[in-house]
Amino acid sequence: MIDIKDLRKSFEDHEVLKGINLHINPKEVVVIIGPSGSGKSTLLRCMNMLEVPTSGKVVVDGIELNGEANINKAREEIGMVFQRFNLFPHMTVLENITLAPMKVRKISKEEAEKTAMELLNQVGLADKAEAYPPQLSGGQQQRVAIARALAMKPKVMLFDEPTSALDPEMVKEVLDVMKSLANKGMTMAIVTHEMGFAREVGDRLLFVDEGQIIEQGPPKDVFDNPKEERTKLFFSKIL
Amino acid sequence: MSFNFDLVIQSFPLLLLGAGITIKITALSVGLGMIIGMFVGIARISHVAPLRMLAAVYIDFLRGTPLLVQIFLIYFALPIMLDQRVDPFVAAITACGINSGAYVAEIFRAGIQAIDDGQMEAGRSLGMTWVQTMRYIIVPQAFKNIIPPLGNEFIALLKDSSLVSVIGFEELTRRGQLIIARTYGSLEIWLSVAVIYLAMTLAISRLVAYMEKRLKTS
Repeated sequence: MIDIKDLRKSFEDHEVLKGINLHINPKEVVVIIGPSGSGKSTLLRCMNMLEVPTSGKVVVDGIELNGEANINKAREEIGMVFQRFNLFPHMTVLENITLAPMKVRKISKEEAEKTAMELLNQVGLADKAEAYPPQLSGGQQQRVAIARALAMKPKVMLFDEPTSALDPEMVKEVLDVMKSLANKGMTMAIVTHEMGFAREVGDRLLFVDEGQIIEQGPPKDVFDNPKEERTKLFFSKIL
Repeated sequence: MSFNFDLVIQSFPLLLLGAGITIKITALSVGLGMIIGMFVGIARISHVAPLRMLAAVYIDFLRGTPLLVQIFLIYFALPIMLDQRVDPFVAAITACGINSGAYVAEIFRAGIQAIDDGQMEAGRSLGMTWVQTMRYIIVPQAFKNIIPPLGNEFIALLKDSSLVSVIGFEELTRRGQLIIARTYGSLEIWLSVAVIYLAMTLAISRLVAYMEKRLKTS
């Protein structure tokens, strides 16, 4: 579903990604962890070209991400959830969710609203359809953001630290939505600090440090028997 | 010092007619300036380098030369180039509109750049194009933020529209001049003109304050 070959990214003279190779299969849930500044968010943002790589190749759902037209087309199939939600504050929850399907997928307002209400039901926020984002709690906003991304019926979902900006009591409601999404077979790439969630929901865990994938494997194996020194060091600091 | 109140009362209807024309020029110029300003402001931050440069040249030229000279250019110099007379009304609105467009462009640019980058990223990540994201997400939010500076720009334009009196266009200031030429009532007429301008600018600033308040609550 996602194929990354020798991906490199530099900001001025600082190389953040130093040659990443990664293949994500359909329905796979890949959790990316690592210290801050390791390049894990940059890696995720290269998967939909919000960050343009310095070199290397990214192919998503058979579309190589180069050129404006290809990138726009691929983005229709790639949902993204941000740390800071990035809901559109001047629109109601319902308008947030229906905008892109109507403008990009060109579906009718009725159909877009029907899908939006189904999604709001799924994330438990059907009663908030007419609310504006600033009126919602962080956890509610993030669930709306997930619904907004899902409304495009994407084939892949990217999550960039989706719970890092939340108050602790709201983390679970968001993780629960993500868990049910994983159970339904969505292909997901998740950057997170939620180790419990990574272990429970991830099919594969990626430990990234200094712009490289240091270690990867089934979460249980990596957590319980890390092979690399840097992985052990990281776990010793956080667990 | 003698103050001739009768002259004020006699002249007032004529001056108000002039004020009506001032409002008309200002309104049309504001409309033109807004349209130009929006596109130039967006061009100023687009990723198309030639567009960006063109917008910068436009803004620099119009902010770097006096409006009075721009009015002369359009009313006196342009007809020589076109070999055709330019109507004073058209010249007045064109000059004020394209001049205001440069200031509005800078207001728009600042308003757009004040919107969090995450908004553009969210729009783009949903598959919307840059233009779609600008149109549905960034510009509507920027509009809210730029109402106060836009209000200031409109007030400035209303006052600057007095400059078109030099091409003989009969707005408020020109009317005043003409009445004074007939009556020698400089004190009475210029005071009346000033009061009418003040009434109009105060009305605009009240209106802007009201709109700002309403948009803030929505």
